[in-house]
Amino acid sequence: MAKFHKQKSEGAPGINTASLPDIVFMLLFFFMVTTTIRKASLKVQLVLPFASEIQKIEKKSLVSYIYVGPPIKSLQSLYGTEPRIQLNDAFAKLDDLREFVIKERQKHDEKEVPMMTWSLKVDKDTKMGVVTDIKQKMRDMNALKIMYSAKKATGTASF
Amino acid sequence: MADIAFLLLIFFIIATTMDVDRGILRRLPPPLPPDVEKPPPIKERNVFQVLINANNQLMVEGELLDIRNLKNKTKEFIANPADNEDLPEKKPPQNIDLIGIYKVSKGVISLQNDRGTAYGMYLQVQNELTTAYRELRDDFSMQKFGKKYSELDKNHSKAIQEAIPMVISEAEPKNIAGMGKP
Repeated sequence: MAKFHKQKSEGAPGINTASLPDIVFMLLFFFMVTTTIRKASLKVQLVLPFASEIQKIEKKSLVSYIYVGPPIKSLQSLYGTEPRIQLNDAFAKLDDLREFVIKERQKHDEKEVPMMTWSLKVDKDTKMGVVTDIKQKMRDMNALKIMYSAKKATGTASF
Repeated sequence: MADIAFLLLIFFIIATTMDVDRGILRRLPPPLPPDVEKPPPIKERNVFQVLINANNQLMVEGELLDIRNLKNKTKEFIANPADNEDLPEKKPPQNIDLIGIYKVSKGVISLQNDRGTAYGMYLQVQNELTTAYRELRDDFSMQKFGKKYSELDKNHSKAIQEAIPMVISEAEPKNIAGMGKP
Protein backbone atom coordinates (compact mmCIF):
# COMPACT_ATOMS: atom_id res chain seq x y z
CA MET A 1 0.00 0.00 0.00
CA ALA A 2 1.71 3.06 -1.18
CA LYS A 3 0.87 6.09 0.85
CA PHE A 4 2.35 8.51 -1.59
CA HIS A 5 0.97 8.89 -5.05
CA LYS A 6 3.31 9.86 -7.67
CA GLN A 7 2.53 13.43 -8.68
CA LYS A 8 1.38 13.99 -12.22
CA SER A 9 4.13 15.65 -14.10
CA GLU A 10 2.31 16.15 -17.37
CA GLY A 11 1.67 19.73 -18.61
CA ALA A 12 3.01 22.99 -17.31
CA PRO A 13 1.91 24.13 -13.88
CA GLY A 14 -0.64 26.98 -13.82
CA ILE A 15 0.56 30.55 -13.50
CA ASN A 16 0.38 31.90 -10.03
CA THR A 17 -2.30 34.61 -10.14
CA ALA A 18 -1.89 35.86 -6.62
CA SER A 19 -0.31 39.10 -7.79
CA LEU A 20 -2.86 39.74 -10.52
CA PRO A 21 -5.09 42.04 -8.44
CA ASP A 22 -2.07 44.14 -7.58
CA ILE A 23 -1.22 44.62 -11.21
CA VAL A 24 -4.81 45.37 -12.13
CA PHE A 25 -5.11 47.90 -9.35
CA MET A 26 -1.93 49.57 -10.41
CA LEU A 27 -3.23 49.94 -13.96
CA LEU A 28 -6.56 51.09 -12.60
CA PHE A 29 -5.00 53.86 -10.58
CA PHE A 30 -2.87 54.90 -13.50
CA PHE A 31 -5.88 55.30 -15.75
CA MET A 32 -7.94 56.96 -13.03
CA VAL A 33 -5.28 59.59 -12.56
CA THR A 34 -4.67 60.25 -16.25
CA THR A 35 -8.31 60.32 -17.27
CA THR A 36 -9.83 63.61 -18.21
CA ILE A 37 -13.40 62.98 -19.06
CA ARG A 38 -14.38 64.88 -22.12
CA LYS A 39 -16.92 67.44 -21.11
CA ALA A 40 -18.47 68.35 -24.39
CA SER A 41 -19.49 66.05 -27.16
CA LEU A 42 -18.53 67.56 -30.44
CA LYS A 43 -21.30 68.89 -32.58
CA VAL A 44 -19.04 70.33 -35.23
CA GLN A 45 -16.70 68.64 -37.64
CA LEU A 46 -13.15 69.50 -36.77
CA VAL A 47 -10.17 69.00 -38.97
CA LEU A 48 -7.47 70.93 -37.20
CA PRO A 49 -4.79 72.60 -39.30
CA PHE A 50 -1.19 71.53 -39.04
CA ALA A 51 1.52 73.68 -37.55
CA SER A 52 5.10 73.07 -36.53
CA GLU A 53 5.58 75.79 -33.92
CA ILE A 54 3.19 74.40 -31.39
CA GLN A 55 3.33 74.56 -27.65
CA LYS A 56 1.63 72.60 -24.94
CA ILE A 57 -0.48 74.28 -22.33
CA GLU A 58 1.00 73.96 -18.88
CA LYS A 59 -2.19 74.20 -16.90
CA LYS A 60 -4.95 72.19 -18.42
CA SER A 61 -7.51 73.22 -15.85
CA LEU A 62 -7.24 76.82 -16.97
CA VAL A 63 -8.21 76.15 -20.56
CA SER A 64 -11.62 76.77 -22.03
CA TYR A 65 -12.53 75.59 -25.46
CA ILE A 66 -14.31 77.29 -28.29
CA TYR A 67 -15.16 75.08 -31.22
CA VAL A 68 -15.90 76.37 -34.68
CA GLY A 69 -16.75 74.30 -37.71
CA PRO A 70 -19.54 72.98 -39.89
CA PRO A 71 -22.14 70.91 -37.98
CA ILE A 72 -21.69 67.15 -37.99
CA LYS A 73 -23.49 65.14 -40.65
CA SER A 74 -26.44 64.13 -38.49
CA LEU A 75 -27.17 67.75 -37.59
CA GLN A 76 -26.71 69.22 -41.01
CA SER A 77 -30.35 68.85 -41.97
CA LEU A 78 -31.20 71.01 -38.97
CA TYR A 79 -28.41 73.54 -38.97
CA GLY A 80 -27.05 73.55 -42.51
CA THR A 81 -23.40 73.37 -43.43
CA GLU A 82 -22.25 76.88 -42.52
CA PRO A 83 -19.58 76.91 -39.80
CA ARG A 84 -21.00 77.41 -36.34
CA ILE A 85 -19.64 78.13 -32.92
CA GLN A 86 -19.98 75.51 -30.21
CA LEU A 87 -19.59 76.46 -26.58
CA ASN A 88 -19.80 73.71 -23.99
CA ASP A 89 -22.44 71.36 -25.31
CA ALA A 90 -24.50 73.50 -27.62
CA PHE A 91 -24.31 75.69 -30.67
CA ALA A 92 -23.99 79.32 -29.81
CA LYS A 93 -24.22 82.69 -31.40
CA LEU A 94 -21.49 85.26 -31.28
CA ASP A 95 -23.32 87.19 -28.59
CA ASP A 96 -23.32 84.14 -26.31
CA LEU A 97 -19.54 84.39 -26.03
CA ARG A 98 -19.85 87.12 -23.47
CA GLU A 99 -21.88 84.99 -21.12
CA PHE A 100 -19.59 82.04 -21.75
CA VAL A 101 -16.50 84.01 -20.80
CA ILE A 102 -18.13 85.28 -17.62
CA LYS A 103 -19.28 81.80 -16.64
CA GLU A 104 -15.90 80.24 -17.30
CA ARG A 105 -14.23 82.93 -15.25
CA GLN A 106 -16.51 82.29 -12.31
CA LYS A 107 -15.22 78.73 -12.14
CA HIS A 108 -11.76 79.93 -11.23
CA ASP A 109 -10.09 81.90 -8.56
CA GLU A 110 -9.83 85.61 -9.21
CA LYS A 111 -6.04 85.39 -9.26
CA GLU A 112 -6.13 82.78 -11.97
CA VAL A 113 -8.37 84.71 -14.34
CA PRO A 114 -5.55 86.50 -16.21
CA MET A 115 -3.84 83.16 -16.76
CA MET A 116 -6.83 81.56 -18.40
CA THR A 117 -6.25 80.38 -21.92
CA TRP A 118 -8.91 80.20 -24.57
CA SER A 119 -8.30 77.43 -27.00
CA LEU A 120 -9.77 78.02 -30.41
CA LYS A 121 -10.43 74.71 -32.05
CA VAL A 122 -11.34 75.74 -35.53
CA ASP A 123 -11.85 73.64 -38.63
CA LYS A 124 -9.21 74.47 -41.19
CA ASP A 125 -11.67 75.31 -43.96
CA THR A 126 -13.59 77.82 -41.90
CA LYS A 127 -13.57 81.34 -43.24
CA MET A 128 -11.63 83.82 -41.15
CA GLY A 129 -14.65 86.10 -40.76
CA VAL A 130 -16.07 84.01 -37.93
CA VAL A 131 -12.70 83.67 -36.25
CA THR A 132 -12.05 87.40 -36.45
CA ASP A 133 -15.43 88.17 -34.91
CA ILE A 134 -14.61 85.81 -32.05
CA LYS A 135 -11.22 87.43 -31.58
CA GLN A 136 -12.76 90.90 -31.45
CA LYS A 137 -15.31 89.72 -28.89
CA MET A 138 -12.56 88.19 -26.79
CA ARG A 139 -10.62 91.43 -26.94
CA ASP A 140 -13.64 93.37 -25.74
CA MET A 141 -13.98 90.93 -22.87
CA ASN A 142 -10.30 91.30 -22.04
CA ALA A 143 -9.76 87.57 -22.58
CA LEU A 144 -6.49 87.96 -24.38
CA LYS A 145 -4.61 84.71 -24.02
CA ILE A 146 -5.69 82.57 -26.89
CA MET A 147 -4.36 79.47 -28.53
CA TYR A 148 -4.95 78.39 -32.08
CA SER A 149 -5.25 74.67 -31.66
CA ALA A 150 -3.29 72.71 -34.24
CA LYS A 151 -1.82 69.34 -34.90
CA LYS A 152 1.88 68.67 -34.89
CA ALA A 153 3.53 68.82 -38.26
CA THR A 154 7.15 68.64 -39.16
CA GLY A 155 8.41 71.37 -41.41
CA THR A 156 6.09 73.27 -43.69
CA ALA A 157 2.86 71.39 -44.07
CA SER A 158 1.08 71.69 -47.34
CA PHE A 159 -2.20 73.44 -46.85
CA MET B 1 -12.26 41.95 -5.89
CA ALA B 2 -10.24 41.53 -9.00
CA ASP B 3 -13.44 41.43 -11.04
CA ILE B 4 -14.57 44.80 -9.77
CA ALA B 5 -11.12 46.22 -10.36
CA PHE B 6 -11.17 44.88 -13.89
CA LEU B 7 -14.54 46.45 -14.51
CA LEU B 8 -13.37 49.82 -13.29
CA LEU B 9 -10.16 49.45 -15.22
CA ILE B 10 -12.01 48.87 -18.46
CA PHE B 11 -14.26 51.84 -17.81
CA PHE B 12 -11.32 54.16 -17.27
CA ILE B 13 -9.43 52.85 -20.26
CA ILE B 14 -12.41 53.66 -22.45
CA ALA B 15 -13.07 57.03 -20.84
CA THR B 16 -9.46 58.16 -21.14
CA THR B 17 -8.68 60.70 -23.81
CA MET B 18 -4.99 60.88 -24.23
CA ASP B 19 -4.95 63.76 -26.67
CA VAL B 20 -3.10 66.77 -25.42
CA ASP B 21 -4.14 70.13 -26.65
CA ARG B 22 -1.40 71.86 -28.55
CA GLY B 23 -1.35 74.93 -30.66
CA ILE B 24 0.10 78.34 -31.37
CA LEU B 25 -0.18 80.65 -28.40
CA ARG B 26 -0.94 84.29 -29.07
CA ARG B 27 -1.77 87.31 -27.00
CA LEU B 28 -4.44 89.56 -28.38
CA PRO B 29 -3.91 93.31 -28.04
CA PRO B 30 -5.95 94.77 -25.19
CA PRO B 31 -9.09 96.68 -26.15
CA LEU B 32 -8.46 100.30 -27.00
CA PRO B 33 -10.01 102.95 -24.80
CA PRO B 34 -12.36 105.04 -26.95
CA ASP B 35 -10.63 108.38 -26.47
CA VAL B 36 -7.14 107.26 -27.37
CA GLU B 37 -5.03 109.24 -29.78
CA LYS B 38 -3.97 107.65 -32.99
CA PRO B 39 -0.42 106.36 -32.73
CA PRO B 40 2.10 108.10 -34.97
CA PRO B 41 2.42 106.44 -38.36
CA ILE B 42 5.22 103.93 -38.72
CA LYS B 43 7.74 104.47 -41.46
CA GLU B 44 7.14 102.39 -44.53
CA ARG B 45 10.53 100.68 -44.35
CA ASN B 46 9.76 99.44 -40.85
CA VAL B 47 6.58 97.64 -41.85
CA PHE B 48 6.53 94.18 -43.30
CA GLN B 49 3.18 93.87 -44.90
CA VAL B 50 1.62 90.43 -45.18
CA LEU B 51 -1.75 90.17 -46.85
CA ILE B 52 -3.84 87.08 -47.44
CA ASN B 53 -6.79 87.36 -49.76
CA ALA B 54 -10.00 85.36 -49.99
CA ASN B 55 -8.39 82.95 -52.46
CA ASN B 56 -5.70 82.16 -49.91
CA GLN B 57 -3.02 83.93 -51.90
CA LEU B 58 -0.22 85.60 -50.08
CA MET B 59 1.05 89.07 -50.86
CA VAL B 60 4.14 90.25 -49.08
CA GLU B 61 5.45 93.80 -49.49
CA GLY B 62 3.37 94.24 -52.62
CA GLU B 63 4.37 91.03 -54.34
CA LEU B 64 2.81 87.61 -54.63
CA LEU B 65 4.83 85.16 -52.60
CA ASP B 66 4.86 81.44 -52.11
CA ILE B 67 4.30 80.47 -48.50
CA ARG B 68 7.50 78.45 -48.50
CA ASN B 69 9.53 81.62 -48.97
CA LEU B 70 7.72 83.57 -46.27
CA LYS B 71 9.94 82.40 -43.44
CA ASN B 72 13.21 83.44 -45.07
CA LYS B 73 11.81 86.74 -46.20
CA THR B 74 10.60 87.49 -42.68
CA LYS B 75 13.95 86.59 -41.18
CA GLU B 76 15.73 88.81 -43.66
CA PHE B 77 13.40 91.65 -42.80
CA ILE B 78 13.77 91.42 -39.05
CA ALA B 79 17.49 90.75 -38.88
CA ASN B 80 18.64 93.25 -41.52
CA PRO B 81 22.30 92.52 -40.79
CA ALA B 82 23.69 94.84 -43.47
CA ASP B 83 21.54 97.81 -42.41
CA ASN B 84 19.93 97.87 -45.80
CA GLU B 85 18.05 101.06 -46.70
CA ASP B 86 14.83 99.21 -47.60
CA LEU B 87 14.79 97.08 -44.48
CA PRO B 88 13.83 98.32 -41.03
CA GLU B 89 15.84 100.74 -38.94
CA LYS B 90 17.41 99.86 -35.63
CA LYS B 91 16.61 101.58 -32.40
CA PRO B 92 19.48 103.48 -30.77
CA PRO B 93 21.80 101.08 -28.92
CA GLN B 94 20.48 100.08 -25.54
CA ASN B 95 21.79 98.00 -22.72
CA ILE B 96 20.06 94.68 -22.22
CA ASP B 97 20.83 92.58 -19.15
CA LEU B 98 23.01 89.56 -19.88
CA ILE B 99 23.51 90.59 -23.48
CA GLY B 100 25.01 94.06 -23.34
CA ILE B 101 24.69 96.83 -25.85
CA TYR B 102 22.35 95.85 -28.63
CA LYS B 103 20.43 97.59 -31.36
CA VAL B 104 16.87 96.33 -31.43
CA SER B 105 15.11 96.26 -34.77
CA LYS B 106 12.18 98.59 -35.27
CA GLY B 107 10.52 96.18 -37.68
CA VAL B 108 6.83 95.49 -37.35
CA ILE B 109 4.97 92.73 -39.10
CA SER B 110 1.56 93.76 -40.24
CA LEU B 111 -0.71 90.84 -40.95
CA GLN B 112 -3.99 91.38 -42.65
CA ASN B 113 -6.43 88.86 -43.95
CA ASP B 114 -9.73 88.86 -45.74
CA ARG B 115 -12.90 87.66 -44.09
CA GLY B 116 -12.98 84.96 -46.70
CA THR B 117 -9.50 83.61 -46.01
CA ALA B 118 -9.47 79.99 -44.89
CA TYR B 119 -8.43 79.49 -41.29
CA GLY B 120 -5.92 76.83 -42.30
CA MET B 121 -4.08 79.29 -44.49
CA TYR B 122 -4.11 81.97 -41.83
CA LEU B 123 -2.68 79.60 -39.27
CA GLN B 124 0.01 78.50 -41.65
CA VAL B 125 1.11 82.07 -42.15
CA GLN B 126 1.12 82.57 -38.38
CA ASN B 127 3.17 79.41 -38.11
CA GLU B 128 5.74 80.58 -40.66
CA LEU B 129 6.08 83.93 -38.90
CA THR B 130 6.53 82.20 -35.58
CA THR B 131 9.15 79.92 -37.09
CA ALA B 132 11.04 82.90 -38.44
CA TYR B 133 11.16 84.51 -35.01
CA ARG B 134 12.04 81.27 -33.30
CA GLU B 135 14.94 80.62 -35.67
CA LEU B 136 16.26 84.14 -35.27
CA ARG B 137 16.09 83.82 -31.51
CA ASP B 138 17.74 80.42 -31.66
CA ASP B 139 20.61 81.77 -33.74
CA PHE B 140 21.09 84.75 -31.51
CA SER B 141 20.90 82.65 -28.40
CA MET B 142 23.43 80.17 -29.80
CA GLN B 143 25.78 83.01 -30.54
CA LYS B 144 25.41 84.62 -27.11
CA PHE B 145 24.85 81.76 -24.71
CA GLY B 146 25.70 78.66 -26.73
CA LYS B 147 22.25 77.19 -26.16
CA LYS B 148 18.98 77.10 -28.02
CA TYR B 149 16.34 79.63 -27.06
CA SER B 150 13.97 76.98 -25.75
CA GLU B 151 16.65 75.60 -23.45
CA LEU B 152 17.39 78.90 -21.74
CA ASP B 153 16.29 79.74 -18.24
CA LYS B 154 13.82 82.50 -17.50
CA ASN B 155 16.22 85.44 -17.25
CA HIS B 156 18.15 84.55 -20.37
CA SER B 157 15.07 83.95 -22.47
CA LYS B 158 13.69 87.25 -21.28
CA ALA B 159 16.85 88.98 -22.48
CA ILE B 160 16.49 87.35 -25.87
CA GLN B 161 12.87 88.37 -26.03
CA GLU B 162 13.91 91.92 -25.35
CA ALA B 163 16.54 91.85 -28.07
CA ILE B 164 14.26 90.24 -30.65
CA PRO B 165 10.73 91.22 -29.73
CA MET B 166 7.92 89.53 -31.57
CA VAL B 167 5.82 92.26 -33.05
CA ILE B 168 2.97 91.00 -35.15
CA SER B 169 0.22 93.49 -35.57
CA GLU B 170 -3.05 92.28 -36.96
CA ALA B 171 -5.17 94.78 -38.77
CA GLU B 172 -8.91 94.48 -38.95
CA PRO B 173 -9.75 92.24 -41.86
CA LYS B 174 -10.99 93.64 -45.10
CA ASN B 175 -13.94 92.33 -46.94
CA ILE B 176 -12.73 92.97 -50.44
CA ALA B 177 -14.11 89.94 -52.13
CA GLY B 178 -17.41 90.18 -50.32
CA MET B 179 -17.07 86.60 -49.20
CA GLY B 180 -17.45 85.02 -45.82
CA LYS B 181 -19.90 87.45 -44.34
CA PRO B 182 -20.89 86.42 -40.83
